[in-house]
Amino acid sequence: MRAADALFQALAAEGVEHVFGIPGGANLPIYDALHDAELVHIQARHEQGAGHAAEGYAKASGRVGVTLATSGPGATNLVTPIADAMMDSVPTVFITGQVRTDLIGTDGFQEADISGITLPVVKHSMMVTDPRQLTNYIHAAFHIAATGRPGPVLVDIPQDLSRAEIDYTPAEGPPSLPGYKPPTEGNIKQIRIAAKALANSKRPVIYGGGGIINAGAADDFREFCTSDRLPVTLTLMGLGAFPAPHEQWLGMLGMHGTRTANYAMDEADLIVCVGARFDDRITGKLSEFAPRAKFIHIDVDPAEISKNVPAHIPIVGDAKDVLPKLNREYRALKPDSSRLEEWWGRIRNWQGTYPLRYEDSSDSEIKPQFMVEAMYEATEGDAIITSDVGQHQMWAAQYYHFAKPRRWLNSGGLGTMGFGLPSAIGAKVACPDQTVVCLAGDGSLIMNVQEFATAAQHEIPVKVFLMNNGHFGMVRQWQELFWDERYQSVEMGASPDWPKLAEAFGWTGMQCTRKGELRDAMKAALAVDGPVLLDVHVTKAENCYPMIPAGQAARDMVG
Amino acid sequence: MGEPGTQDIVRLEDLEVSRTLTGRKHILSLLVENRPGVLARIAGLFSRRGFNIDTLAVGPTEDPDTSRITLTLDGAVHPIDQVTKQLHKLVNVIKIRDMEPGSTTTREMALFRVNATVESRAEIMQFAEIYQAKIVDVSRRSLTIEVTGTQDKIDSFEAMIRPHGLIEMARTGEVAISKSRAEH
Repeated sequence: MRAADALFQALAAEGVEHVFGIPGGANLPIYDALHDAELVHIQARHEQGAGHAAEGYAKASGRVGVTLATSGPGATNLVTPIADAMMDSVPTVFITGQVRTDLIGTDGFQEADISGITLPVVKHSMMVTDPRQLTNYIHAAFHIAATGRPGPVLVDIPQDLSRAEIDYTPAEGPPSLPGYKPPTEGNIKQIRIAAKALANSKRPVIYGGGGIINAGAADDFREFCTSDRLPVTLTLMGLGAFPAPHEQWLGMLGMHGTRTANYAMDEADLIVCVGARFDDRITGKLSEFAPRAKFIHIDVDPAEISKNVPAHIPIVGDAKDVLPKLNREYRALKPDSSRLEEWWGRIRNWQGTYPLRYEDSSDSEIKPQFMVEAMYEATEGDAIITSDVGQHQMWAAQYYHFAKPRRWLNSGGLGTMGFGLPSAIGAKVACPDQTVVCLAGDGSLIMNVQEFATAAQHEIPVKVFLMNNGHFGMVRQWQELFWDERYQSVEMGASPDWPKLAEAFGWTGMQCTRKGELRDAMKAALAVDGPVLLDVHVTKAENCYPMIPAGQAARDMVG
Repeated sequence: MGEPGTQDIVRLEDLEVSRTLTGRKHILSLLVENRPGVLARIAGLFSRRGFNIDTLAVGPTEDPDTSRITLTLDGAVHPIDQVTKQLHKLVNVIKIRDMEPGSTTTREMALFRVNATVESRAEIMQFAEIYQAKIVDVSRRSLTIEVTGTQDKIDSFEAMIRPHGLIEMARTGEVAISKSRAEH
């Protein structure tokens, strides 16, 4: 059979049911082979959209997301989703066509060295040089993408090689990768030391991140945290790993986290970091970050440990393995919960003094925070929410209380505007029985607006709740606060008539401008049997608070 | 401290972090898959993480499927632990050894082309002899000298020869191999 036919056999063997992509010259053989393949192809309208859809698919389901694209511009359009998947550790495989082998290096039509271009932003990449390698590379790609710390893998296939005839034999056993041995089990001695340190801590904070969700360890995390009255905070990527609201829940930490979470980090004597990476949005000014704390750092990626903040007790391992052991060792010590009494008193005091709050309007104006609260009520807190990047993303993180993992999909590390709509499409394909809502910003939505057509064509009933403030809101906020209100290029000006635009794509378009009608409008949108855009006009110049100004310490939170 | 079931306490004030900067030169010996693009991955990793390579030598090993990359870096500037952990993330890197200074044999080769007038020629050749260097090319005005040895030896030879007028110098970068253990 042709190598391209074998490609789909290999994808079937990996359990792939859906791929997202766009055809072009260099991947014509692959698209021809698609006729006989048993998987479903979702035809996107831009490769970036296909890539983010695959990410949404992976984040919602935990399965590997797959994208197909052609050479040259098709491949370069994938650079943003690849970089995004790298930053947020999303298991993804990107399969690109390449020009014929005799054209490589000649600046042929639609030639781009995509392996070279993506080198800094892939977990691994492989260029097929012999058609007989192809299926082995595919299996290796899936193995690398999904194991250890997940990430994007690129497989680049020259057009002539995907057309070549090969003898396909199904792979037996895992691929041979002598240089790839992701750690799994944590060192039990280190785990015991960690348990003992924790039992002796009077002001502990458990700080969890997206690694818990990637490891499928949210239940283990909750059991560990609730084995004692341990205060819990999560990063933006970790939301849902611990059920919010909960009496031990401090809220999200970091730049737009709660004062309680950030102050607790500031005063903690021991911080247990699970599957997070001390990003600058968490630490603020590094030299003043958690100055009183010792650190236990649990991560599957050894390079994350002591990268930004030196760990006193490093534990390299999968959270799914480490957390139950840590829990067992900790319980065996029968720690005295009353030692935390004073600490909880302090925390309750912060929670009482500094709750998340906003000044609601006294008329029909819709405050953006109110919109998120209305969304929480309309979806009964039980939807997959995707978001773009900016103020609306932070408000969603603050006011939508995620109770389960894989319900909050957003671009955290790379901060990719335009992520929300395509990732919602991918999430809905992966989880057709769940309500999927994209909370979009008007600045972001237009960046991948073409994907309206993808949802319409494939009848993917996602809902887009557009938080329309007519601005690049977060940039506007920074110009207001840190650049002397010298506003530059942040007004959206000539925005489209959003409901009309949605209708032009075959969606249902709705609009809401009055607070009193918002919940019903949302419920009506959710009840429609098809994709819906709900354009919600919110306060134009609301700021997202509280915040740690960039480069400052948790103590310096404003708002 | 890490034994099960004991009630001994880990006091938080006793916990310390290990030092990240060692303050000395490190020689990393990498066994990598012999495939196109591997060197680019390593070089790219160093540049994007801001690590500075002092020397780099690449060549085949006893196994045609693998290559050896020997690189030296300054442990006073770079956290070597972080460098090796990042290198380990590259799928094509099979093995990394941070070579122990006491139990490692290191060699570098260098070629020097030096001004050699009738008056200075004899002195230069004398230096070469002291350093067990070889004269590999001669012209009316210059000598080309091959020196092999540790980095320090080559540095020292360079210092000796420089006043005579160093026209050109080429160095390979160090390669290293661990010393065999004493047999009993």
